[in-house]
Amino acid sequence: MNKDIEQTLIFEISKPGRIAYSLPLPTVEEEKAEDLIPASFLRSEDVNLPEVSELDLVRHYTALSNRNHGVDSGFYPLGSCTMKYNPKVNEDMARLPGFAHIHPLQPVESVQGALELMYDLQEKLAIITGMDEVTLQPAAGAHGEWTGLMLIKAYHHARGDFKRTKVLVPDSAHGTNPASASVAGFDTITVLSDERGLVDLEDLKKKVGEDTAALMLTNPNTLGLFESDIVEIAKAVHEAGGKLYYDGANSNAIMGIARPGDMGFDVVHLNLHKTFTGPHGGGGPGSGPVGVKKDLIPYLPKPIVRKEGDAFVLDYDRPESIGRVKPFYGNFGINVRAYSYIRTMGGEGLARVSKEAVLNANYMLARLKGAYDAPYDVHCKHEFVLSGRRQKALGVRTLDIAKRLLDFGYHPPTIYFPLNVEECIMIEPTETESKETLDAFCDAMLQIAKEVEETPDVVLNAPHTTVVKRMDETLAARKPVLRYHPKEEVHA
Amino acid sequence: MDFRYLPMTREDEQAMLKTIGVESIEDLLADIPASVRDEGTLAEVGVPLPETDLVRTLSKLADRNMNTKQYPSFLGAGIYDHYAPSVVNHMLLRSEFYTAYTPYQPEISQGELQAIFEYQTMICELTGMDVANSSMYDGITALAEAALLAAAHTKKKTIVLSDGVHPEAHDVVRTYADGPGLKVETLCLEDGVTAIDNLDALDDVACVIVQYPNFFGRIEDLKILAEKTHEKGGLFIVSANPLSLGLLEAPGNLGADITIGDCQPFGIPQSFGGPTCGYFAVSKALMRKIPGRLVGQTVDEDGKRGFVLTLQAREQHIRRDKATSNICSNQALNALAASIAMSALGKRGMRELATRNLQTAHALKKMLKENGFRIIDDGPSFNEFVVELPVSATSANRQLLEKGIIGGLSLDVIDASRANQMLVCATELRTKEELEQFVTALGGLTHE
Repeated sequence: MNKDIEQTLIFEISKPGRIAYSLPLPTVEEEKAEDLIPASFLRSEDVNLPEVSELDLVRHYTALSNRNHGVDSGFYPLGSCTMKYNPKVNEDMARLPGFAHIHPLQPVESVQGALELMYDLQEKLAIITGMDEVTLQPAAGAHGEWTGLMLIKAYHHARGDFKRTKVLVPDSAHGTNPASASVAGFDTITVLSDERGLVDLEDLKKKVGEDTAALMLTNPNTLGLFESDIVEIAKAVHEAGGKLYYDGANSNAIMGIARPGDMGFDVVHLNLHKTFTGPHGGGGPGSGPVGVKKDLIPYLPKPIVRKEGDAFVLDYDRPESIGRVKPFYGNFGINVRAYSYIRTMGGEGLARVSKEAVLNANYMLARLKGAYDAPYDVHCKHEFVLSGRRQKALGVRTLDIAKRLLDFGYHPPTIYFPLNVEECIMIEPTETESKETLDAFCDAMLQIAKEVEETPDVVLNAPHTTVVKRMDETLAARKPVLRYHPKEEVHA
Repeated sequence: MDFRYLPMTREDEQAMLKTIGVESIEDLLADIPASVRDEGTLAEVGVPLPETDLVRTLSKLADRNMNTKQYPSFLGAGIYDHYAPSVVNHMLLRSEFYTAYTPYQPEISQGELQAIFEYQTMICELTGMDVANSSMYDGITALAEAALLAAAHTKKKTIVLSDGVHPEAHDVVRTYADGPGLKVETLCLEDGVTAIDNLDALDDVACVIVQYPNFFGRIEDLKILAEKTHEKGGLFIVSANPLSLGLLEAPGNLGADITIGDCQPFGIPQSFGGPTCGYFAVSKALMRKIPGRLVGQTVDEDGKRGFVLTLQAREQHIRRDKATSNICSNQALNALAASIAMSALGKRGMRELATRNLQTAHALKKMLKENGFRIIDDGPSFNEFVVELPVSATSANRQLLEKGIIGGLSLDVIDASRANQMLVCATELRTKEELEQFVTALGGLTHE
């Protein structure tokens, strides 16, 4: 990889006549398309796709992969994203022909193994979260949030209660929470955090009422702090007739420690691509199953997998269901990976996962809180936040620190989130990283803190070692170029 | 028990606790109220399995499914049995791709960003649209999001769906429409295609959504549908099988405002229906309304070309409740699979593969007709069509399974009066011999 050379686009290496595909030998008559369908339906020009040989193709995507950082490349302490190791055997399991090459509309008797896996996964996720029933249909976390809110809406409406139009969301919440509330047709009311970084109970009590459909909460929250007033919070919401929604983004902290169902939550979504090792894939696919307590079961999307005697069936007979949220049965391939992980770890392993994730985060916090401000200097759970305000006072921003970390071979932490922490740096190590890795990262962070004081330009001009330097994001937004145009077609 | 994914030794644990200044991990959990502490319920999840036992257990489950590598399948209806070139999986398993997060740090994510930029370009070329996003969950949720976009853009409240659109898309749209309180109306089919004249009777039309080719296999005349829709002031939304676009005129050239669909035919396994990869492409006028992530080209400090996520002011992490959609995770890795597969096909391969699908399905249609079967609403089609059977299609499928054939979809899912009709699909993977076996088996169906 030569970092001085611009990476070509696959369109730029295209040459007419090359191909990286071979069509099966013909067995049926090779009639012309225009003899089979009216010519008026046919496209006038072929699709302008790149024409490359198979080796061209392999070199191109290999080159691209070399310009990308994954968990396998190095430490990835991205807060609230749970960038843990993605086990290789899970990839193999999802690719077994009996899982990868089955059609969702095959007769159920021909897919009993797939249905059994789904049924068992539903059961196991219900145990892990302390809920009564689980649907595997939502495709991702945000999709699960929206599904959960639609369930809550259906629940209220079924009781003739149409005045609950508001969803409460703490100021530290992920952006998907208010966005999902909006797509589900609710207005969002922001609940403030108090000086502890937790939900301000007084503010909550002021805002919760007979127009409250639900409170959405991440616990531990995005500051990595356990909402220790959870029992009072649940009581306040329930007494007002609202439902409590658990955003499972941070569930890596609580397995075997405290279950959402026991905390008083009525609806839970899990991100199987976070806690349960589904790979993030550069942005997806994920999987966002939703679990509910008994009184919400009737509204779950259809179908649900059920066991009847020794057979597994798809239950569509759910008259009060909110309907479908996704075609077929969800992201089955990701669910296979999560199932493979759960079976590998067992209950004992999952409980250890959360405890070790918590220990790792607290260890890093202890090592870093001298050099960086720790706005909430208490024991955290699986992640924690630092503030770069001390460095900002010296003219170096959190963004610069993040860019400098790239030179050390690390993916930076989440930055500028949550929004209620100035110059926020949010670190989540996960349990799959060794003490040596944590130490090396902490050493880099301490060195950068020192550089900020002694040689700030090194940080301000970072990164120095990556294939490109800082990108002009303003230009990208002001003059959007969202696709490649062949050279001769470029307009000024 | 030792766990191969957990590196912490007892020695590490002690050293770390000491640095923190606590005695045990329990001390770190002291802020959790005792009343909500979990008392060992995870034991019910079961014991840990070593890798060998895990593989044995999951392989047994997988073996209980009849897979399409072993048995010829005539199922389509949104998920298709196509061949994924070997090279696709090899490239996907480059772990720099599959173990990466969303490319928010462009300096170390140029590979993913560029791959998405190329994907966006390929989708634009295929659909004839101006702008494509980086992917949606699947074709059907993409369709539902397109309906919401149209309602927000036109400030109208009626979503009009053709009955030629996938029935599960009807279901999903109804669920989505419940959020903002939109009305869903349908247009019936006449002679197998959308009866657009019925649109005259509808008001407040935000969009008309059709499928291309439609659910029952027929190729719709998009141009006329687009004109009628635009006369009503609605957006014209086309859900297109992307492989068919190797042959069929691009929706963007026929008046589509939004074209959506599922890239599953390109290198993505059927995987019991998911994960697939929704594509979403719009005309330039809707660029700032598009849901999800967009990658744009720019330059770095040295003027070198590079790529970033852009126009993020549409998205949930910036706009929160004012975002155009709540989508965050998408299907990036499957978009990569689709890009690799499309690059492997190239300009010529795309046409040839689409043509072979056309030829195979038409060969099957011809054989069925020669054997006395009636094709329902016979007319221009791509790789799917509906055949009438002497018995119920559910019963037929049971009998076919016994002969090792995975039959098509029984249309009793649409309505009971169509129980004897089967939606069949024949892709490039079906050989003449398999077609003959299928037709022979259908000829031998008995009333159970």
